[in-house]
Amino acid sequence: MAKNIQSLERAAAMLRLLAGGERRLGLSDIASSLELAKGTAHGILRTLQAEGFVEQDPASGRYQLGAELLRLGNSYLDVHELRARALVWTDDLARSSGESVHLGVLHQQGVLIVHHVFRPDDSRQVLEVGAMQPLHSTALGKVLSAYDPVAHSEALEIEREAFTPRTVTALQAFEGELDLARARGWACDVEETWAGVAAVAAPIHDRRRMPVGAVAVTGAIERVCDAGKELRAELIAAVRDCARAVSRDLGAGRF
Amino acid sequence: MTDAHTAGPFIAAIDQGTTSSRCIVFDKDGRIVSVDQKEHEQIFPKPGWVEHDATEIWNNVQEVVAGAIEKGGITAADVKAVGITNQRETTLLWDRNTGEPVHNAIVWQDTRTDALCRELGRNVGQDRFRRETGLPLASYFSGPKVRWMLDNIEGLRERAERGDILFGTMDSWVIWNLTGGVDGGRHVTDVTNASRTMLMNLHTMEWDEKIAQSIGVPMAVLPEIRSSAEVYGEVRDGVLAGVPVASALGDQQAALFGQTCFSEGEAKSTYGTGTFLLLNTGNKIINSYSGLVTTVGYKIGDEAPVYSLEGSIAVTGALVQWMRDQMGLINSAPEIETLAASVEDNGGAYFVPAFSGLFAPYWRSDARGVIAGLTRYVTKAHIARAVLEATAWQTREITDAMTKDSGVELTALKVDGGMTSNNLLMQTLSDFLDVPVVRPMVAETTCLGAAYAAGLAVGFWPDTDALRANWRRAAEWTPHMDAAKRDHEYTFWLKAVERTMGWLEHDES
Repeated sequence: MAKNIQSLERAAAMLRLLAGGERRLGLSDIASSLELAKGTAHGILRTLQAEGFVEQDPASGRYQLGAELLRLGNSYLDVHELRARALVWTDDLARSSGESVHLGVLHQQGVLIVHHVFRPDDSRQVLEVGAMQPLHSTALGKVLSAYDPVAHSEALEIEREAFTPRTVTALQAFEGELDLARARGWACDVEETWAGVAAVAAPIHDRRRMPVGAVAVTGAIERVCDAGKELRAELIAAVRDCARAVSRDLGAGRF
Repeated sequence: MTDAHTAGPFIAAIDQGTTSSRCIVFDKDGRIVSVDQKEHEQIFPKPGWVEHDATEIWNNVQEVVAGAIEKGGITAADVKAVGITNQRETTLLWDRNTGEPVHNAIVWQDTRTDALCRELGRNVGQDRFRRETGLPLASYFSGPKVRWMLDNIEGLRERAERGDILFGTMDSWVIWNLTGGVDGGRHVTDVTNASRTMLMNLHTMEWDEKIAQSIGVPMAVLPEIRSSAEVYGEVRDGVLAGVPVASALGDQQAALFGQTCFSEGEAKSTYGTGTFLLLNTGNKIINSYSGLVTTVGYKIGDEAPVYSLEGSIAVTGALVQWMRDQMGLINSAPEIETLAASVEDNGGAYFVPAFSGLFAPYWRSDARGVIAGLTRYVTKAHIARAVLEATAWQTREITDAMTKDSGVELTALKVDGGMTSNNLLMQTLSDFLDVPVVRPMVAETTCLGAAYAAGLAVGFWPDTDALRANWRRAAEWTPHMDAAKRDHEYTFWLKAVERTMGWLEHDES
């Protein structure tokens, strides 16, 4: 027992103390029940509160179990919830970038498009919700493979088809792409899936920092890349801002 | 790529809503620059009564205006005008000398005037004032609420007749306070809000003295009726001091405006807890024989007024909430789509959520909710699908009624509101209506409408064409359903609706 981490044991004891019915306890009750100094108890409670395992009633200052505990048992994020949370941010991204926006999640061995905002130019476009994109060549797929270990192992298993001469298929080169994505916080696809099309994507995390999806801007290469075929910096910043905004909104309570 | 939207000029919109007050700042492209929002207390003094503290609301409005300006990092000099949109029909009386409300505002949902409305119908019934006002006698509308206060607050009628008391819907209250309050505040309302009082004649756009007298509202309390887009005055104090107050529109009309439904035959539908569908009928007043309401869409300055037909559905998003909170079949509202999408069809089940009777086009208070067509085959997923279909079929019934009344066939439906994030619902809607369903890129169409109207009034935007050019399609769903299948399903829906009627005995409803 002595090898166990003491503060984790204390935190577990606090959760047990608060469990069972609708119990609310004040700091001094918790500290004295567990024979802890108030300052020590408060530090642990604050950490548990930051993780969402404990909530503090604003009126009485008493502590109770947090909603996060309920979510642990049922941790998968509903993709429709993801879309509902992302709606305003992805609209704004499409509007500011002038390009179409897609939201994708890992599904089997590919990327499932769960949300699509049209390019704001009044041209005829078809809603692509429900379509699948490849994991290894698209910006969405690379971001998911870089951040989600399940997606990563799928991407290594699948046959990485060369859709264009620029598609990265060799294992080592592909892993290099993912390392780069992790280092930069975004991934791109410049004519690696479709000729003439480029995209940039960034990861969306939930409140536990789990990667739950990715958001991408996609457009004609001459619009989204500069003269040197590099993705335009302001576009990358806008996609990352959008992904961060959606991440912030996730798990922030019910509708 | 357009650059960051921190460069002015801007338009600010105040949305004084049922649960909260908001301020949104927009740039010239109609993009959101900043938002601030604050909820206010819902006061329930008795079952069926709903009130708001108007002083709290005014304080919140000042706070969110200051908040939005601060978050946007801008100053009054960057703001060319401020527009107002508001919860409709909610009724307030205040003392013009002290600026104090004489009573809490009576909210549109409040049913205390039910009996009064029946009494006012006399031998004619609900439609006594319909030809002049476009509205049935119902507890939502402001006129009877004013009468209730005059009857129930000691000495108020005398003070009102002396001219010490002012009436207003929330637009009037906000504008009066913004423009100086007791010190020269402008006592005005716009045509859209006035059209929800039951006191305005749709044909003349003036207060109808006869009706005011019949309902028992002294003319002295009534504000001046102005257009929806003109400068009413300037903000006196606070962060926006000196900025023109340049629009007022009821919330649903503001959404119609924000969706740029400027042509006859264009319609928008806002999907929230309930749903409000408005159809632009141009300069024509169309009497409804199908249970819709005739109302003013908007009036820009000196231009002719634009009218509309309105159909409301009481229970749409509320049914999804009911599935979550009362049935516990889902954990969050968006999960309804996950559950519904796990099956191909409704499995023969139809859900008519007539929780408080049937509204347009039936108006049957003796109806109650029904789930019909149950067999052992039906699962919770089929019920979830029936829940989404209920919203789509109820919309279809409203659009059918609109076509019947106006002779105008719907060509597309512009949608907004929280439920538009539900992809399956939007596809179902398109399938059942057999028209494209279109979602615009700015979901905040209500505030946007108020901003647009204010911007037009001060020349920030030159005309409605410029506003149309701002409109962007974010998504479009096109119908994929086979016509025979649609007709078959509609027949069963209508059969299910029939089964809700007459559930209550007459003396209960």
